[in-house]
Amino acid sequence: MEQTTNAVLSVRNVSMNFGGLRALSDVDLDVRQGEVVALIGPNGAGKTTFFNCITGIYTPTDGDVLAFPREGKQKRINGMRTNHVCELGMARTFQNIRLFPSMTALENVMIGRHCRTRAGILGAVLRGPKTRREEQQVVDASYQLLKKVGLEHVANDYARNLPYGAQRRLEIARALATEPFLLLLDEPAAGMNPQETLELKEMVIRIREEFKVSVLLIEHDMKMVMSLSDRIYVMEYGKVISTGTPAEVSADPQVIRAYLGEESDA
Amino acid sequence: MAETLKFVDNLKKSAMAAVWLAFLTLPIMVIRVDTTEKIVTWRWMHLVYMLAGSFVLALIWHFMMDRRDRGASLRDAGEGGGDSALVRFLNNPRVLKPLLAFGFLVAVAFPLVFSMYQTNILISALIYVVLGLGLNITVGLAGLLDLGYVAFYAVGAYAYALLNHHFHLGFWTVLPMAAILGAFFGILLGFPVLRLRGDYLAIVTLGFGQIVKLVLENWNGFSFGPSGISNIARPSLFGVKFTVQQDTTYMYYIMLGLVIVAIFVTARLKDSRIGRAWLALREDEIACQAMGIDNTRAKLMAFSLGATLAAVMGAVFAAKTTFINPASFTFMESAMILAIVVLGGMGSVLGVILGAFLLILLPEYMRAFSEYRMLIFGATMIVVMVFRPQGLIKAKRKVYTINTEAA
Repeated sequence: MEQTTNAVLSVRNVSMNFGGLRALSDVDLDVRQGEVVALIGPNGAGKTTFFNCITGIYTPTDGDVLAFPREGKQKRINGMRTNHVCELGMARTFQNIRLFPSMTALENVMIGRHCRTRAGILGAVLRGPKTRREEQQVVDASYQLLKKVGLEHVANDYARNLPYGAQRRLEIARALATEPFLLLLDEPAAGMNPQETLELKEMVIRIREEFKVSVLLIEHDMKMVMSLSDRIYVMEYGKVISTGTPAEVSADPQVIRAYLGEESDA
Repeated sequence: MAETLKFVDNLKKSAMAAVWLAFLTLPIMVIRVDTTEKIVTWRWMHLVYMLAGSFVLALIWHFMMDRRDRGASLRDAGEGGGDSALVRFLNNPRVLKPLLAFGFLVAVAFPLVFSMYQTNILISALIYVVLGLGLNITVGLAGLLDLGYVAFYAVGAYAYALLNHHFHLGFWTVLPMAAILGAFFGILLGFPVLRLRGDYLAIVTLGFGQIVKLVLENWNGFSFGPSGISNIARPSLFGVKFTVQQDTTYMYYIMLGLVIVAIFVTARLKDSRIGRAWLALREDEIACQAMGIDNTRAKLMAFSLGATLAAVMGAVFAAKTTFINPASFTFMESAMILAIVVLGGMGSVLGVILGAFLLILLPEYMRAFSEYRMLIFGATMIVVMVFRPQGLIKAKRKVYTINTEAA
């Protein structure tokens, strides 16, 4: 397949086997600069497995995952360690929220700054001007990020005490703190009410403009996916069965069958 | 109304508990068989003591439990803080500064005022303070349960003892070498257990501690086996000759200096970028790595820094006692240090210091109750874990000042 122009992530023929089970087979997927791409499909289609494959939690059995960081050239990231993938500029959120529950909201975001800062043991113990400056920058930058997701008033609250929607937004702020070029959101709207989902959608659009990031998201909320995404990939049984703009995908008979069953007039 | 109901309920529960306990202990508390005289004596008064004692204790227990539950629900309603009045009082800088200055003065004057015996006890306590602070890095901050911590202590002690025995190296030469050796052994243990966590990690580290002890016990050619190494040189000071009394005082000041360094280092590490990474590691390993933190590095750092402090203390211990053998490095020591960290408050520097003083000094000064030592020890641990699971002093979190104007 030819090189897609200005892609930030390019996945070619990726397969993932767990023993005899083929969770992903020959998945191709591209995310271009500034795009919002959605990955949808019924439960168990392999969406989260796909996320884990491209973030280094799993090593794909076959195929190539190519990332194109802002500076530097393309990199094959199959089997790269998770923290290096993040350092490269691909930050994710989790389907079942994984914040650091007994750290404050601010500290959670500050953890995201870890891979962009350098203070070591000696710096920590001596706490020279350079380290102090770096710490203050981390604090300030993290606070600004909290502001962007509307959580500045709970900066000093423990993450576990935040309401569900706020925890989701905090996860996004934490991911943004790592200065990603690609943001990977795993079901960001899960468990949210329609109002919260709408706010989330607006936030994603705003973040894309402001931080110049591309977004790849897994989502079940069709209304959100259709109105937010530039392109959609539909998965079923580990395969991509359809791809295109929201309008194209929603008209695809295969997609309708996957979602609604054989006999349907939807 | 609800209060009285609860009280009546507690009375009932306590009475039940007392009756049960009295019944269960009836054979040992009341019946006494004298085998030589072949008579059985019934000591009914003991039954009354048993009933009354257990009733009162149970009542206190229920009362405390209710208080705790009420406190917990209050805390949940409010914000996450929930500091006690004492902690807030101590955290006030206008109280803390003079208190610290006073404490420092007492510490400096101690060996001049009190006897050598007292000074020696305090040196032991200070050693445990540093050991506690070291283990606090591994267990309290990074959340890696290490049950073989005493192995690093042994490494430091034997490093000094052997180097002194074979090569006549002095204390001050070996101290940095012991630190490096400790860090090395920390990494050595760290590598194989990188993937383990929780119970599995605890078991492997426990094994590591046993291996080190067994090697020291059985490798006679290397470590002189169970008979140990004696006549280890005390620390020198530019060749000045000391009496035993002066030696103790000198040792005390060395230890005081090391304690201050250890407190300074651990407190600063805790509030640094690295300390934050450790906390994140403790909370959620997967998320931690996904956010760009190198788990391997963070874990090895925690292990080796903790081990460094232990090894330095080992060298001090060897120099202080001038004799070491493997019996000083049993699992009981690891358990003791862990108890100091847990009792004092995981992650809290002040808590660990307090814990070390309590657990080391109290048994020394309560020799009269030495038979009940383990009983009291166990009961205290249970009570603390039930009523203050976060330890005596909760870890204080750094308060960040935010520049809101910054763009």
